[in-house]
Amino acid sequence: MKTILSGNEAIARGAYEAGCLVACAYPGTPSTEILQNTLQYKEINSSWAPNEKVALEVAIGASFGGGRALCTMKHVGVNVAADPLFTLAYTGVRGGLVLVAADDPEMHSSQNEQDSRNYARFAKVPMLEPSDSQECKEFTRLAFELSEQYDAPVMLRSSTRISHGKSVVELGERVTGLPVPKLEKNPAKLVMLPGNARVRHPLVEQKLVDLSKAAATMPINRLELRDKTIGIITAGICYQYVREVLPNASTLKLGMVHPLPHDLIREFAAKVDTLYVIEELDPFIEDQVKAMGIPAIGKEIISLCGELTPGRLRAAFKLPQPSESSVEKLPGRPPNMCPGCPHRGVFYTLNQLKAYVTGDIGCYTLGFMPPLSAMDTCVCMGASIGMATGVTKVVSDEEKKKVVAVIGDSTFLHTGLNGLMDMVYNNAPATVIILDNSITAMTGRQDNPASGFTLMDDPTHAINIPLLCKALGVKNIRVINPLDLEETRRVIAEEMERPEPSVIITNKPCVLIKRDDVFQKGPVYAVDAYKCTGCRACLKIGCPAIEWLPAGDGSKKGKANIDPLLCTGCDVCRQLCKFDAIGSVK
Amino acid sequence: MSRQITNILLVGVGGQGILLASEILSEAAMLAGFDVKKSEIHGMSQRGGSVVSHVRYGTEINSPIVPEGEGDILFGFELMETARSLSLLKPGGSVVANDLQISPPSVLMGQELYPEGLAARIKAQFSDFLLVDGQKLATTAGNAKAANTVLLGAVSKRLNIPEEFWMKALEKMVPARALEINKRAFQMGREFQ
Repeated sequence: MKTILSGNEAIARGAYEAGCLVACAYPGTPSTEILQNTLQYKEINSSWAPNEKVALEVAIGASFGGGRALCTMKHVGVNVAADPLFTLAYTGVRGGLVLVAADDPEMHSSQNEQDSRNYARFAKVPMLEPSDSQECKEFTRLAFELSEQYDAPVMLRSSTRISHGKSVVELGERVTGLPVPKLEKNPAKLVMLPGNARVRHPLVEQKLVDLSKAAATMPINRLELRDKTIGIITAGICYQYVREVLPNASTLKLGMVHPLPHDLIREFAAKVDTLYVIEELDPFIEDQVKAMGIPAIGKEIISLCGELTPGRLRAAFKLPQPSESSVEKLPGRPPNMCPGCPHRGVFYTLNQLKAYVTGDIGCYTLGFMPPLSAMDTCVCMGASIGMATGVTKVVSDEEKKKVVAVIGDSTFLHTGLNGLMDMVYNNAPATVIILDNSITAMTGRQDNPASGFTLMDDPTHAINIPLLCKALGVKNIRVINPLDLEETRRVIAEEMERPEPSVIITNKPCVLIKRDDVFQKGPVYAVDAYKCTGCRACLKIGCPAIEWLPAGDGSKKGKANIDPLLCTGCDVCRQLCKFDAIGSVK
Repeated sequence: MSRQITNILLVGVGGQGILLASEILSEAAMLAGFDVKKSEIHGMSQRGGSVVSHVRYGTEINSPIVPEGEGDILFGFELMETARSLSLLKPGGSVVANDLQISPPSVLMGQELYPEGLAARIKAQFSDFLLVDGQKLATTAGNAKAANTVLLGAVSKRLNIPEEFWMKALEKMVPARALEINKRAFQMGREFQ
């Protein structure tokens, strides 16, 4: 049966067909939808872990227990999971284990564009790279087989254009007859103490040599001879752009990008006049080809930065570009927090209090955008708290009071906890605000250990964040309603003054939570045009529901207006109006 | 190079239902026997930012994104976003746009004005420009929420996908309770030229 699937849906389908029993992940764009789709296969136990390291450890356990396991994450998630990954390469697997790393060239929704292929080489594990949805499914199946055949975890590298691209897929059946998982002790293989690890390391190196040889005849590494004046080694989405822009060129299409099939590369290079390596981001294949003593052109014409597109490839080969239509300069349309978002009032207040805000990763990173403009740093998941501690170690006592870390509930549980332990342990006088909206919002509202539900939608224990902070030793814990601006300002100002660690937790849910008993839309608000003086105070929160209506006489005068379709009745704008011009419409 | 490929760009504002419209389009193309690919960006752009979805169909499709300047049809759900993506179209391409303006943050805050006369300037560059009042026609069809389906109907007249496959795609992708209204909305769009 044929159907249209995204790369992520196809990876989930591939795992299903491969007989996968366990899938575990922390959500991260562009990988999130893989687990949201393994969910539909009742044979697979799918779950969200608090972070990528735990997700991989759960998958490792499932594999050691004898079942096939899938673990998925975005590229930067692999940094978090790197610790178990590198030693997993030594232990190898029992049930096949596939780790999906979804890269984000161009940083459509990421803080960097690291190239995950380097991890495969660094950790010494095989890596496959599909170029469309059909290959996503087939390569996932193959990855499980190779994992067991070579006793190694296998990485599958996707990218935004593969994960979020859709194409036609022919579905298959789930394999049967796999061994039933049961406990089996094998400490020489699974206990990585120095004595055992010294035995395992040479085996890891040998596997890569064996795989490189076997790769020459694997159908996923495909030599396509056409015009022999140009030969192109490429993989993944770049293969599609090469076929689009240079349809007559000969190609060596690599399905396995680590280890490389050296024999096949030599054979191809000998058959073509000029050899190119076309790949996004790092010269991963190119450097290895050149190290083999084979001349090739790659990063001389293809950028190290951003994603490739057909137009950029055309430009690299100096091919004619279609004439472009003229486009006028238009107002930009950056993303924004939703109307009624409980984060808005907190960032407005932090801006008013002139705080130095160490930020974190989530919807609330948008607090950086004007007019809220209240985020001063953002590095990685969980970094806000550690950074706040660090800043207080170097600035004056007066400036220490300005330091506030802001982090969401899911990010706090991901890797913020350790930062808070350190802040308390070393008594850093900063303030931490945990924006608890009861969901992992940015990636599309996934449940987390504090939301009360599992990925499979079963009710479960919800971590009590105030109690957790108390257990860590935080003495000053305040829970506030972030939609009450007076309370929000008073509490944040008090805790900023305090010369010891304090935690403020906001208690309003995300407006997009789908469970109907969580977020309640209030009566919508309206502006009384007679009372509105056009002071623009309500515009300072940047709510998409509030619009400035110019007087139309060429002056700077005008009035505010509220779109009743967008307003959620959060009440924050009403509290900013000194003229009582905003009220609810009952 | 075989050029039996149709390139469509669907552009608008996050939250407007662009992804569903591009799913229906892709499904109809697949049912009609074509190879289909589509591409879009999730994540940040869903928070009210600009959204561009690429759909390509034909005998065999490689790139999931439309090569710059090779778009056959620009399908705009909002006027300014339509204007923003004109450079993706080929010269002589078609534009079907919803007659709707959604103010971006800078306009909401009174720092900039929503550009005036956009439709006329698009028309000056692309003679096959159809401006559709999607909301109004959808209201006539029975529900303002079916505006995207009206637009899809208008676009469908420019594509070599037989009507029966559009109907099958709608039946698969639209909830049963809204199907009749959406079929009506689709027909109104098809007839509005």
